[in-house]
Amino acid sequence: MSVDKDIVKRVARLARIAVSDEEAEALKGELNTILGFVEQLNEVDVTGVEPMTSVVAVDMKKRADVVTEQDQAERIVANAPAREDHFFVVPKVVE
Amino acid sequence: MSDLTGLTIAEIRDGLATGQFSATELTHSYLAAMEAARDLNAYIVETPEKALEMAAASDARIASGEARPLEGVPLGIKDLFCTEGVHAQAASHILDGFKPVYESTVTANLWADGAVMLGKLNMDEFAMGSSNETSYYGPVVNPWRAEGSNAPMVPGGSSGGSATAVAARLCAGATGTDTGGSIRQPAAFTATVGIKPTYGRCSRWGIIAFASSLDQAGPLARTVRDSAIMLRSMASVDERDTTSVDLPVPDYEKAVGGSVKGLRIGVPKEYRIDGMPPEVEALWEQGKAWLKEAGAEIIDICLPHTQYALPAYYIVAPAEASSNLARYDGVRYGLRVPGDDIAAMYENSRAAGFGKEVKRRVMIGTYVLSAGYYDAYYLRAQKVRALIKRDFETVFEAGVDAILTPATPSAAFGVASKTTASPIEMYLNDIFTVTVNMAGLPGIAVPAGLDAKGLPLALQLIGRPFDEEMLFRTGQVIEDAAGHFAPERWW
Repeated sequence: MSVDKDIVKRVARLARIAVSDEEAEALKGELNTILGFVEQLNEVDVTGVEPMTSVVAVDMKKRADVVTEQDQAERIVANAPAREDHFFVVPKVVE
Repeated sequence: MSDLTGLTIAEIRDGLATGQFSATELTHSYLAAMEAARDLNAYIVETPEKALEMAAASDARIASGEARPLEGVPLGIKDLFCTEGVHAQAASHILDGFKPVYESTVTANLWADGAVMLGKLNMDEFAMGSSNETSYYGPVVNPWRAEGSNAPMVPGGSSGGSATAVAARLCAGATGTDTGGSIRQPAAFTATVGIKPTYGRCSRWGIIAFASSLDQAGPLARTVRDSAIMLRSMASVDERDTTSVDLPVPDYEKAVGGSVKGLRIGVPKEYRIDGMPPEVEALWEQGKAWLKEAGAEIIDICLPHTQYALPAYYIVAPAEASSNLARYDGVRYGLRVPGDDIAAMYENSRAAGFGKEVKRRVMIGTYVLSAGYYDAYYLRAQKVRALIKRDFETVFEAGVDAILTPATPSAAFGVASKTTASPIEMYLNDIFTVTVNMAGLPGIAVPAGLDAKGLPLALQLIGRPFDEEMLFRTGQVIEDAAGHFAPERWW
């Protein structure tokens, strides 16, 4: 499978990365090189093989459903590029 | 004492205990060495005040007879680790100005054991790279150079700052992380020892995520013993990481120096790749001979799916990265570039904040996970991954104790020598290390010799899950036979 410039732009949109026409052209070549490289996986017979879902066979740990760290609003917004009180500020979303 | 930076961690421990020098004197020696080595670009941020404060606390502890396992040992920390109130940006512009309000479990463990933080180390952006050239802060320079040449060489990556700092004596040991070879390949390029423990041995909590099913933290140090000392402190069982495995942490240092008599060391024929330099081949033969002399038995083994590890990795790792890096949106932390609406703000922030390699991988990951392609790429790669893991399980079940391979297909290469090549050429650096991440196994790189140009080469040992002790045992045999390698100081 290979990608054309339109697919590159669509993927960039999905990945939320602004890409210029020239960048899309360059990325097209790079992505096709990588996709060509991974093509060799099609040689492998994977019939009946279960996909690997965890590296070490252990049961998912569960913690008690209790509040452990509360009242951290100030710490949570401490690194925000734009904030008001304990809120993150973003451009207007709803008119 | 003038040459305190030449001491190993084990020697520091003894010197501090017997009062030959203080932790403060030791830290001053390192701070001076760091200042003199800024051209190597190993540190992104130096934290001298914090270091001296921690060293003073260590001296007080030592005086009152309460020294902890890493008391007063000056360490460098890869920029991927969250350190409270101190720069942690994964060497990326997108985390511009980010100062975590919390400490990663691994670094918290080190400080709880008395270690001293010297600063944050350079790396490939988001740990994506094999040469430390993708960093927003510029490339790191290897303290090793080819004989008779002044050309700067790469230290490998992504833990390139860690490797350079350890090799150039700018810290006694450093933390690294390894997703496809990012501890072992730079260790090999700088004649340092680097171990990637079993997946689940070190907590990933507070380590900026790249590919969550592959990422593991581990130490880079000057000797096998030092790496064992550091890993014991770094490893823990952590309820904040659900993939942290509930097993007690052994005293790894006890395994160092253990006999390898009667051990069965597997040598996989699939690692003999086309175009492998004869020196790497010869080193591998030498490694077999050393282990044999020490009483181990060398066995030819077969790991039939080896060649598919790298292509499967370049689906799995970018897929997980595209998901993990979705959080960098200009809202909660880091860089924000304005746009006409919120979507444009996201897109502009990510376009300006991510470097080329990161964008490439996020794009590949987004593509292989997008509607209609999941089965063909991600699901197939995870099935191939299961087969790679099964290959290892089969040889271990047959009684192999550890596997010996070269660590890298070549020695260090020149800075900027691969920038115009296809991305695949850079990816091939990890061909011997990436299988280990795919299977979740522990692997150690141990310096084993120099090539014709005088550049370091290393051997890799791969072990059973949670049998890091076997790697320290066998690794020490290689180290004893090969000796130690240090770069000549030119910086």
